Amino acid sequence: MWEITTQVLTGLASASNLFLVACGLTLIFGVTRVVNFAHGSIYMLGAYAMVTFVSPMREYLGPTLGFWAAVAASVIFAAVVAALIEVVLLRRLYRSNHLFQLLATFGVVLIVQDLVILVWGADDILGPRAPGLTGFVSLGEHRFPAYSIFMIAVGPVVFLALWLILHRTRWGTLIRAASQDKEMVGLLGARDKLLMTSVLALGGALAGLAGALQIPMQPANAFMDVSIITEAFVITVIGGMGSMTGAFLAAILVGLIQALGIQLFPKSTLVLVFLVMAIVLVIRPWGLLGRPEVEAGGAMGEPPERILSPNTTRFALAALAIFLLLAPQFMSEYHVGLLIEVLLMSLFAFSLNFILGNGGLVSFGHAAYFGLGAYGAALAVYHWRWPMEAALVLGPLVAAAGALVFGWFVLRLAGVYAAMLTLAIAQILWSLAFQWNEFSGGDNGVNGIWPSAWAQSRVVFYYVVLLLSVAAIGALWRATKAPLGYTLRAGRDSPRRCEAIGINLLTHRWAGFVLAGAAAGLSGALFAFSKGTVDTHVLSVHMTVDSLVMVLIGGVNAITGPLMGGTIYPLLKAYIMPLTDAWRMFLGAVILLTVLLFPQGLAGFLSKFSRRFNSSTEPTSVSLRVASERGQ
Amino acid sequence: MSVVTRRVALAIAALMTAAPFASMEAAAQQGPIRIGEVNSFGRFPAITVPWRNGFRQAIDEINAAGGIRGQKIEIVSQDDGGTPADAVRAAEDLVTRNNVSLLAGGFVSPVAFALSDFAKQKKVVFICSQAASDALTMAQGNRYTFRLRSNTYMIVKTMTDVAAKLGKKRWAIVAPNYEYGHAAAENFKQMMAAQVPGFEVVAEQFPALGKIEAGPTVAALQKAKPDGIFNVLFGADLVKFVREGEPRGLFEGRTVLGYETGQPEWVDIMKEEAPKGWIVNGYPWYSIDYPAHKKFVADYQAKYNDYPRHGSFIGYVTGILVGDALKKAKDTTADSIISALEDLKVETPVGPMTMRGSDHQLTYGTFVGTLAIEGGKGVMKDWTFRDGAEVMYPDADVARLRPRD
Repeated sequence: MWEITTQVLTGLASASNLFLVACGLTLIFGVTRVVNFAHGSIYMLGAYAMVTFVSPMREYLGPTLGFWAAVAASVIFAAVVAALIEVVLLRRLYRSNHLFQLLATFGVVLIVQDLVILVWGADDILGPRAPGLTGFVSLGEHRFPAYSIFMIAVGPVVFLALWLILHRTRWGTLIRAASQDKEMVGLLGARDKLLMTSVLALGGALAGLAGALQIPMQPANAFMDVSIITEAFVITVIGGMGSMTGAFLAAILVGLIQALGIQLFPKSTLVLVFLVMAIVLVIRPWGLLGRPEVEAGGAMGEPPERILSPNTTRFALAALAIFLLLAPQFMSEYHVGLLIEVLLMSLFAFSLNFILGNGGLVSFGHAAYFGLGAYGAALAVYHWRWPMEAALVLGPLVAAAGALVFGWFVLRLAGVYAAMLTLAIAQILWSLAFQWNEFSGGDNGVNGIWPSAWAQSRVVFYYVVLLLSVAAIGALWRATKAPLGYTLRAGRDSPRRCEAIGINLLTHRWAGFVLAGAAAGLSGALFAFSKGTVDTHVLSVHMTVDSLVMVLIGGVNAITGPLMGGTIYPLLKAYIMPLTDAWRMFLGAVILLTVLLFPQGLAGFLSKFSRRFNSSTEPTSVSLRVASERGQ
Repeated sequence: MSVVTRRVALAIAALMTAAPFASMEAAAQQGPIRIGEVNSFGRFPAITVPWRNGFRQAIDEINAAGGIRGQKIEIVSQDDGGTPADAVRAAEDLVTRNNVSLLAGGFVSPVAFALSDFAKQKKVVFICSQAASDALTMAQGNRYTFRLRSNTYMIVKTMTDVAAKLGKKRWAIVAPNYEYGHAAAENFKQMMAAQVPGFEVVAEQFPALGKIEAGPTVAALQKAKPDGIFNVLFGADLVKFVREGEPRGLFEGRTVLGYETGQPEWVDIMKEEAPKGWIVNGYPWYSIDYPAHKKFVADYQAKYNDYPRHGSFIGYVTGILVGDALKKAKDTTADSIISALEDLKVETPVGPMTMRGSDHQLTYGTFVGTLAIEGGKGVMKDWTFRDGAEVMYPDADVARLRPRD
């Protein structure tokens, strides 16, 4: 009896912590519609602020008062940082694509990760335990830490306080109004900019509080952000994005499942939460208490005008073809290797954009198909000694099969929820690869995946990659111009009209999903052979983020966008990483600059640039057009 | 233009084109021996930067003493990004563009395996310094890969030899949920079962790395009422576990065996809350009084204004090993370096060690002691040093498990 009670109480204590982080996330999403990756960074900064403030404050104010004053100071610090991020960065992005905002917050994550190491050093920093709460309470023969009791109380208290703020103050009313209709709140005269900043500050304060309250339990360390953010997302999604009460219930659900799950399945800790999220989303597509999203997926708008005139395009393509064909003749082995990576990443990004830019289906889990392809090929070689040629066929087939099965679940959902289900699926696959040691090689990965004898040489393998990736990109390119591509774009821009004229959108999307999955799988399979090794990283969130970064740097709208991103991003990584230990910070800075300077991606920028260039050469036609638009 | 002037012109042209190559060749002969340093400096600086410091200290000392037959050693450094894919690219850059004679580094085990396989493929020597996975030198071992630090088998053997004498039968295991943790747990079970009659594992917990739910984990262990606990957790997980376990009385009256818990990397985080009385292995740099080791510590502190971690010591020994191998090898080809490394005996600050030829594992020793608090932080007391040579995989196992190549 006491035993179960202890477990339940333990679950509730961790639920409180999860709620503190998740409620800020859901609040911010509700009002700004930003999926804020940087929320975990704020949580981490809260913890680091706590260990920094607590020693001097304890000295001046005594251990008890000093401890709580340090908590308050950390909360304020986190709120200020969050507000700064809003003013400097997010404010400029509210009008851009939602994915761009996500990318920007991810840039912040990278920067903060290195900043923390630069400022506070690489070693974990331990803070003091909470004064007066270091003991335990006896429950039968079990003991329960007093601090955990305190934590159990914090969740509901914060929940109540937030509820009162949201329902009993003018500010709260405005926040709720803004989460219904942001523009209308602005039109009615509220200072919506200030409102946004204040919401970010409030969310940041909550994350900072959660981080500071972790200090009595764990040292401040540079991995805190990643370890909390995915779980916080899971909770906001299970609860329903934007719903405070939903987040509260979901936090309790997840906290209890983790606490009791450890007893039942001690090795399944990684997969349990994501499994729960997947099940909840299949049963309730908008989470427990969420509202159906008005804006499904986010329309990507018109395809942009051509960047280059048809003749220039033909010339550029020919030049590119000659370069790619002759590259190994004048490049070092290392650079040919880099070029292989560029080709594979381009294919990977291109396959993502086929469903994302073209189909309007946001995927946070494209790594799943890359990884299925990579593992499919690698395990065929490893377990069954298949030759490379056969493995390269199997990889994409496994990925396509995965896309076929998962697509059935994902495509029934909309927008952020669909995206989060793709994330859940990728995470479940990741944990499978991580834990199924005997089959997948576990976290050590699978090694010895080198090409067949005839393709062992870098140059020959390069031509194999060139042939296959260009063929796959060409096929997808063709598909965007085929009825399938048109149908997908129609579905992206107006799903209702699509259905109304008798198009079975689901089937088309499903086909697109499988096609994209197969292409991603091909790039994954080739990737395995180019590196000689496959490990869980190919299925991880990092890989997914990489795919999104490439697509967004290049530009969602242009068909060549992901190719540009797929070229630039791996090169950037390869050239920045040897320069400094703090390479993540530089990568983050580049991402932020891209987001701020090229909100349409590079391809969008180039097409705008070429339009401007063209218009300056033909001033008359423009002025005529302007004149005609003015109705003169 | 007359024939003569044309010939002169041609000769000059030939000289002009050939001269740079000639001087380059000469430079290559006197120039430094380049070696590649590849590790997760960006992602895991707490572990890898001390390693780099120690490594460079040793190489600097070798160069100051005249280098290798007059040639200096030059380190070319690359970040492995913490992922196999990035690591392979970095290694390729080092090997194909920088012509390094060998690679050293590797902390995260997937990266270590990828680099080991890369070394085999490209026929270049890889000295894996910090990854402890047994498979690296056993089931997946290869001719080109050498491992420096003690592997999981060696550490667990050292610890269970101590634990077996304590007469405790009911054990609980808590280990991070990845190969490192599972391997330590498996080794522990097998070795204890072989030595302790009636040995049983009454609870096992494998929390996700970096994400331990400390409360439920502690409660689950407590429920099983073990006599002893084998802990493989480290870093923030370990701190959470200790802070949750202390108030709940998990460690009271129980023997706790801390795998790697005594390493400065982990025990120092906990300051005065380091778990007193745990039997741990680690690196008590503060109380090792061999003169050579005292000199190493003093030089390290002077050079980096910081005290050495276990990683620093591994790095330093890596540098010594590299230097000795290059001195013994007749040239810098992989084959020469391999035959120099096999059965190479090196003098380290804590005594001699041998790079065993049969499995390419250094006989790296292990310090075992009991944790106490002194001067506000955890220190290892009454430690003993177990020579790695005594706890190596038996020859029969090597012959059975390691692929022949």
